[in-house]
Amino acid sequence: MSQHQEAVQEFHPRVHAALQDSQIRNNFRKAMDGLMGKRQQAFADWDLEGLRDLGAAVRLRALSRLPELLEELEANLTRQGVRVHWAENGDQACEIIRDICQARDAKKVIKGKSMVSEEMELNAYLEEAGIEALESDLGEYLVQLAEETPSHIIMPAIHKNTDEISALMHEKTGTQPSRDVAYLTASARQQLREKFMQADVGVSGVNFAVAETGTLCLVENEGNGRLTTTTPSCHIAVTGIEKVVEKLEDVTPLLALLTRSATGQHVTTYVNMISGPRKEEEKDGPEEVHLVLVDSGRSSIYQDEELLDTLRCIRCGACMNHCPVYTRVGGHAYGTTYPGPIGKILMPHLLGLDKTRDLPSASTLCGACGEVCPVKIPIPKLLQRLRKEAVDGDSLRPSVVSGHGVKRRFLEVLAWKGWAKMHAHAGFYRLGTRMMTSLRGLMPSKLGGWTRYRTPPRIASKSFQQMMREHAQKSNAGGRS
Amino acid sequence: MSDPIKMYPSKPQKVYFYATCLVDLFYPEAGMAGVQLLEREGIEVIFPEKQTCCGQPAYSSGFNDQAREVILPQLGLFPEDYPVVVPSGSCAGMMRKHYPELFAGTPQQSQAEALAGRTWELTDFLLRVCNLRLEDQGQPVKVAMHTSCSARREMGIAEVGPALLQQLDQVELVEQARPAECCGFGGTFAVRHEEISGAMVQDKAEALAAAGAEEFVTTDCGCLMNIAGYSEKQQLPLKGEHILSFLWKRLQAADKAPVNAGGKV
Repeated sequence: MSQHQEAVQEFHPRVHAALQDSQIRNNFRKAMDGLMGKRQQAFADWDLEGLRDLGAAVRLRALSRLPELLEELEANLTRQGVRVHWAENGDQACEIIRDICQARDAKKVIKGKSMVSEEMELNAYLEEAGIEALESDLGEYLVQLAEETPSHIIMPAIHKNTDEISALMHEKTGTQPSRDVAYLTASARQQLREKFMQADVGVSGVNFAVAETGTLCLVENEGNGRLTTTTPSCHIAVTGIEKVVEKLEDVTPLLALLTRSATGQHVTTYVNMISGPRKEEEKDGPEEVHLVLVDSGRSSIYQDEELLDTLRCIRCGACMNHCPVYTRVGGHAYGTTYPGPIGKILMPHLLGLDKTRDLPSASTLCGACGEVCPVKIPIPKLLQRLRKEAVDGDSLRPSVVSGHGVKRRFLEVLAWKGWAKMHAHAGFYRLGTRMMTSLRGLMPSKLGGWTRYRTPPRIASKSFQQMMREHAQKSNAGGRS
Repeated sequence: MSDPIKMYPSKPQKVYFYATCLVDLFYPEAGMAGVQLLEREGIEVIFPEKQTCCGQPAYSSGFNDQAREVILPQLGLFPEDYPVVVPSGSCAGMMRKHYPELFAGTPQQSQAEALAGRTWELTDFLLRVCNLRLEDQGQPVKVAMHTSCSARREMGIAEVGPALLQQLDQVELVEQARPAECCGFGGTFAVRHEEISGAMVQDKAEALAAAGAEEFVTTDCGCLMNIAGYSEKQQLPLKGEHILSFLWKRLQAADKAPVNAGGKV
């Protein structure tokens, strides 16, 4: 287990640190407010519910035939000259990519943005093998300069404001300190442009893999994706197995949903459709193209009818943009590759509930995530399911997620059993409320975390049941007179 | 796959009242206000005395067995086909959306589904089914509405509270920043993740106060306890009240003491 994964368990201290950091809180609040507004505007003239229904249907249809579609994808890509590799887990996927690099004697890898490569910690793996991996997405580049991890799946450096970025670039690359975003961007562009020319291999992610046509779709705004996939002589695309869709026409609604949900754009600056290596008559493009399909726990999610919905995700990040918890604590507090609501329902499968024990409960179940999800993943429902798995709380439906039962603690189980006895028997319950209303003066003034921020709740002098009894007597008396 | 269109019943002669445990113990006056608003509409309110809690605290903590244990003896408390009205978006949401899931594949499945299908959040029921009309008898006041997340997203009734408040001539409805954002209650979340909850309720209470509201009203006792508790501790000039208590008080002439406005908020 890497340091990164171990750290996941330290959720509370990270939250504490993030909440104390007013810079972090301001940066996220401002950024998330902006993104929410942009998304709203982008969908203003659309039948959003109809489009979300369509997006969900497309994803569900693809998932219902996932094994066949993956085979169809492999067959079509192979026919078009792409070499397809299967990896059971992240380490295997890293090995495959390293082997491809070594076979080509490649020393320099340039990367487009790929969350799967973050998930498998590819950069560190390649570095150990003596291969330099450089991020070319501006946000990812900054995160790499700062030796951090992305704090958002779409905007990796969203936790930094302009001043922090200026200071970072000054320190690491020697640019002049400046608040001029155009200057900073142009400087990074200059630095990266040279690296593209030197790179031996380009590694990218995939947004949608179309089975019917063997097409890898990649959306991006900076042109770095196109450079990554066309400039070096070898392109390796890496993706989770769930990204496959059935037909090319399925991409249309998903693309419309993805870019609007993510950044509020009607379409990204670049939409790349890759179907194979350079052909003889073509002037550019790589001579070799690979696709690495990574499982990493996804096929076990696939086994469960309810959890399967997790795999619908198209990685737009709207759930985190709208999440009141993410907005407060930021992406790093989660300690996982995918933060926010999607991280809370996905990471327990990738790492095990034992290593992500505090994530499913870190939600008010307010439903903002599910409301904006472009493919209608019932995120709150899945959070409840994982809470149940964490405490093995349902004897009718045995737990299946790795690390289940990690939060089942003797005292809490006892407390809920006591609570259930009290509330399952009206007599006990009435006795309880009667005692509490008559002894309400004895209510403690300190109730743990509650009273750190609030006054304690006040028990009424008469319960509603008592009031209703008196009310009924009064009505009866009134009726008789 | 969108949520099906809600089919409201016609105005019934009788309803069952599900009070919820928070109303029972902490905000009985909100429940009484609800009962009196229903009676004012000529509806007979039946209160099955053996009711306790809807099971949500255990359910949202993952203890489904204990939630079912609590719900099971209550499923039979509403034998006639009358609507079941609930003065809470989240408890109504629990009954309407989650009872069918919890009892799926059990002998109680159809009973749970039938109950879910006739469960209504009370303000929604008063506005849409009873066509409630209010004549304001109160003094001018600036009020903000906090619709709970369950009322907003699970029950889909974000427009109901404001529509009721706008019927009151002397009530100026002000809107806080980010009205749809959660207040940070989340049941056991407020204790399990106290710091995040504290940060959220701070933002919510400050937004309500900054909007110029003297008072906020809400559909849910959890939110009320959270926001009003924070506001009181920090001594913000912001009171809180359940929307039902507020509406009932506005109907009483200023010189007449409100009926059964027992417990203080």
